[in-house]
Amino acid sequence: MATANVATHSTDAHDHHDHEHHDNFITKYIFTQDHKMIGKQFLVTGIFWAIIGGLLSLVFRLQLGFPDMELEWLRPILGGWITPDGKLDPEFYLALVTMHGTIMVFFVLTAGLSGTFSNFLIPLQIGARDMASGFMNMLSYWFFFLSSVIMFISLFIETGPASGGWVVYPPLSALEQAMPGSGLGMTLWLIAMTCFIASSLLGGINYITTVINLRTKGMSFSRLPLTIWAFFLTAVIGLLSFPVLFSAALLLVFDRSFGTSFYLSDIYIGGEALPNTGGSPVLYQHLFWFLGHPEVYIVLLPALGITSEIIATNSRKPIFGYKAMIISMLGITILSFVVWAHHMFVSGLNPFLGSIFMFLTLIIAIPSAVKVFNYLTTLWRGNLIFTPGMLFSIGLVSFFISGGLTGIFLGNSAIDIQLHDTYFVVAHFHLVMGSASFFGLMAGVYHWFPKMFGRMMDARLGYIHFWATFIGVYLVFFPMHYIGIAGFPRRYYSWTGFEFSNMYTDLNMFVSVAAILTFGAQLIFLFNFFYSMYRGRVASLNPWRSNTLEWTTPLHPGHGNWPGEIPAVYRWPYDYSKPGASEDFIPQTVPLSATPESNLPHEQELVKLEKQIIADEEADLVADESKES
Amino acid sequence: MYGFLIAVGVLLLLSIIWMVYRIQTLVSVVKGSDKKIATGSNKINAFMFVIFLIGGGILMFWYSIKEFDNYNLPVASEHGVVTDQLFWITMAVTGIVFIITHILLFWFPYKYQYKETRKADFYPDNNKLELIWTTVPAVVLALLVIGGWKAWSDITAPAPEKSHVVEIMGYQFAWEVRYPGLDNVLGEHDYRLISASNVSGVDFTDKNAFDDFTSPVVVIPKGEPVLFKIRARDVLHSVFAPHMRLKMDAVPGMPTRFWFTPTKTTEEMRAELNDPEFVYEIACTEICGRGHFSMKKEIRVVEPEEFRKWLSEQKPYIVNNPSLVADLPSELKELADITISEYK
Ligand code: HEM
Ligand SMILES: [Cu+2]
Ligand SMILES: [Cu+2]
Repeated sequence: MATANVATHSTDAHDHHDHEHHDNFITKYIFTQDHKMIGKQFLVTGIFWAIIGGLLSLVFRLQLGFPDMELEWLRPILGGWITPDGKLDPEFYLALVTMHGTIMVFFVLTAGLSGTFSNFLIPLQIGARDMASGFMNMLSYWFFFLSSVIMFISLFIETGPASGGWVVYPPLSALEQAMPGSGLGMTLWLIAMTCFIASSLLGGINYITTVINLRTKGMSFSRLPLTIWAFFLTAVIGLLSFPVLFSAALLLVFDRSFGTSFYLSDIYIGGEALPNTGGSPVLYQHLFWFLGHPEVYIVLLPALGITSEIIATNSRKPIFGYKAMIISMLGITILSFVVWAHHMFVSGLNPFLGSIFMFLTLIIAIPSAVKVFNYLTTLWRGNLIFTPGMLFSIGLVSFFISGGLTGIFLGNSAIDIQLHDTYFVVAHFHLVMGSASFFGLMAGVYHWFPKMFGRMMDARLGYIHFWATFIGVYLVFFPMHYIGIAGFPRRYYSWTGFEFSNMYTDLNMFVSVAAILTFGAQLIFLFNFFYSMYRGRVASLNPWRSNTLEWTTPLHPGHGNWPGEIPAVYRWPYDYSKPGASEDFIPQTVPLSATPESNLPHEQELVKLEKQIIADEEADLVADESKES
Repeated sequence: MYGFLIAVGVLLLLSIIWMVYRIQTLVSVVKGSDKKIATGSNKINAFMFVIFLIGGGILMFWYSIKEFDNYNLPVASEHGVVTDQLFWITMAVTGIVFIITHILLFWFPYKYQYKETRKADFYPDNNKLELIWTTVPAVVLALLVIGGWKAWSDITAPAPEKSHVVEIMGYQFAWEVRYPGLDNVLGEHDYRLISASNVSGVDFTDKNAFDDFTSPVVVIPKGEPVLFKIRARDVLHSVFAPHMRLKMDAVPGMPTRFWFTPTKTTEEMRAELNDPEFVYEIACTEICGRGHFSMKKEIRVVEPEEFRKWLSEQKPYIVNNPSLVADLPSELKELADITISEYK
């Protein structure tokens, strides 16, 4: 053992020399290649976008809840978008909805969630010094940054940002004559999204390569924490689907600027007949949703992975059905590519295709159900500690159930005829994709904050934040089911023009008030986050008494993560409350041979193997040592 | 002035919260509770889940029952009855699952909250359980889908031969309605023919177009199949007739269709709802620009006799505006003139 220690020391010195010596402010905080810092960059940018996206939703919620309200006071910010009589301009309403959707889905819940935690956790949890390519990883962030800047600028141009809904269906998005937002705003949207896709691909390739190649000794795929499985599969989905969005966008660029007719046909607009014939708007929808549906899993899977880890840790219990969880995630990954047309049941799609997609869609509900049951069983007979992370994880499961169940209505094409593009859909996806993933993000921040910044967030503020948000989200989105069943169409500036929807003004007012309060509750989080970063209680090394590798690093891990050798892994990450063990957790780095009292029969067999490996390693180390001197 | 007062109020509130927060932190440090694995808050959080379950449950049931007649739109088409039934069956099934899973999800935190004296069960897997909760949802879902599939196949099957055809064309920002006239065949159309006097771009070199007419209201007979032929001339729109449980996108360059059988006349519905103002409406449900929220068209469902009477009173395009056929080749022009004179 003594020799091994010496060996560790010499590599230690090397590492210091390699990395920390010439880090100046720019290479450490800005053009950094350290995955941890890149993760934090994604997180802070994501938080910035979440605030913008949230504020946009408040503005249009004001319109929906208080249609008669005098909005003159917004003129200093919104300028000409407030009409002379102090109302929101209907076109700007659509711009708000579009930007809100785009920002939330892509910038907050893809980049902010997956970007943050895949970057931060993959190397730490698999035992790697960094991503496979630190440089590509840096590029990934800066492409995202560029994309953010462009999208942000588009908010301020005179004709307004893209306004055709976050799906930007042509011909609306292709023709400047159709709405002002389809001019420069849409061009910027397309450029921003192209950068975004580049960012996602650079990140995704890195995540996949890193998980496959850089796992530490002993970290087989069957010992990977579920977080890593989730990030890995998310990256696979992204890698296969984002290029298709790119092709959809590219053809749209051609139609907009070069006179092609991929999506355009038989159009008479602005007093003239356009020359385009033979194109199909439905083609765009197919291409868009080929990304669009997998996208909801890109948003959701990382949140589910994070939840699995946090629930197991804080239940002091192994995650129930580790293998079943992996198989369901694999099932979701594959099936997510063959259900896209359920967004198109009434688009004029061939009805036979509709039936096929209805069957496929309801199959994907099964792995989702399995995951829910596994979460419930993990809680069952656990010893639950309600850290803020745990609370948000339980909240996520609740949203996943509520929103998932309404998916069964929408996946049924016969029922979807009525519900499509109503507020029922808005309620559905805000719960299952929006809120669930948002809660995953929050859970992750609370749980890994000590690793990110070496300090604890205040737990009490966390509790208040959780309860205010959890109750708030239900108060905002649950009532939307009712107005959806009543047939209220989405993307409507006002519902009073129709007999059937000229009601529920009280409910809409209630929802808007709840939305404002829920948004206000996020200020608690913002305070807690930034305050604790500098003034929070200093964290202990393993504050949640967790098994995974990231908690074996120093409080402020340098570039390279472990000062010495990367620890080897001897067991799966979920040995919580193992019978016979004295503590209620056994970290992955503890060899089976060190815990004969708690080993299961089949593990006892592995002990022999393990001893052999350890012996070999030490022999190697000694050999290295003698070579060096 | 208001702004200033609000700002002061917010500032005050923030500073109070700040002070409470600081005191709380100090107290917890003094008590050493920040070193404990689970503090008193653990109990409170566990309890809150139960409160949330009960409170939320009561609210949901109360509101769902109280508001039932408001959000449950009356249905007025044959297939709508079927899809509504599917909707409520699905609601029952998912409702039960929703309630059971949520009871477990919120009760477990209470029941199994942290106790120093207890150790969690080491219970990593159980293949039998996994098998059960894979197959049971699979079977239930299969049943739901088969119901949906049958209904969907019927709804999307070709329209019956004798259906009344109505063309609905969406444009920014209104609907244009065209009837095929007595022959029940719509004349050809071409978007290049669109003009102020020919909104739908009807091609009058097609004889079938001679008796085509437009109407400000969609009038259809009760109890007989109606076929909506749907198209758009600029961007996507979507025909949504909520009481008919009907929705279909209007796509430029790709005609779509939806057929249905209305079951209640407007008058009957007025009587039933006790609302003399009631009308069936069409709204647009595909974002199409500035006026998306205002694309309204009325549907008037009438008794078949009344419908036939109404049909016979309508004047074709070319009767109202003979200049539409002024430039036709002489042979066709003659035919058109005969049609016009028949209506005079
Ligand atoms: C502050 C919390 C939020 C509120 C109050 C809110 C409210 C709304 C409402 C009312 C709409 C429909 C507007 C309309 O159709 O006219 C909408 C659209 C949308 N929201 Fe949110 N939302 C919130 C957070 C989120 C989050 C976290 C996501 C992430 C998935 C999200 C994603 C979307 C998307 C994708 C749309 C559709 C945009 C479109 O129709 O093109 N929202 N939101
Ligand atoms: Cu989908
Ligand atoms: Cu519209």
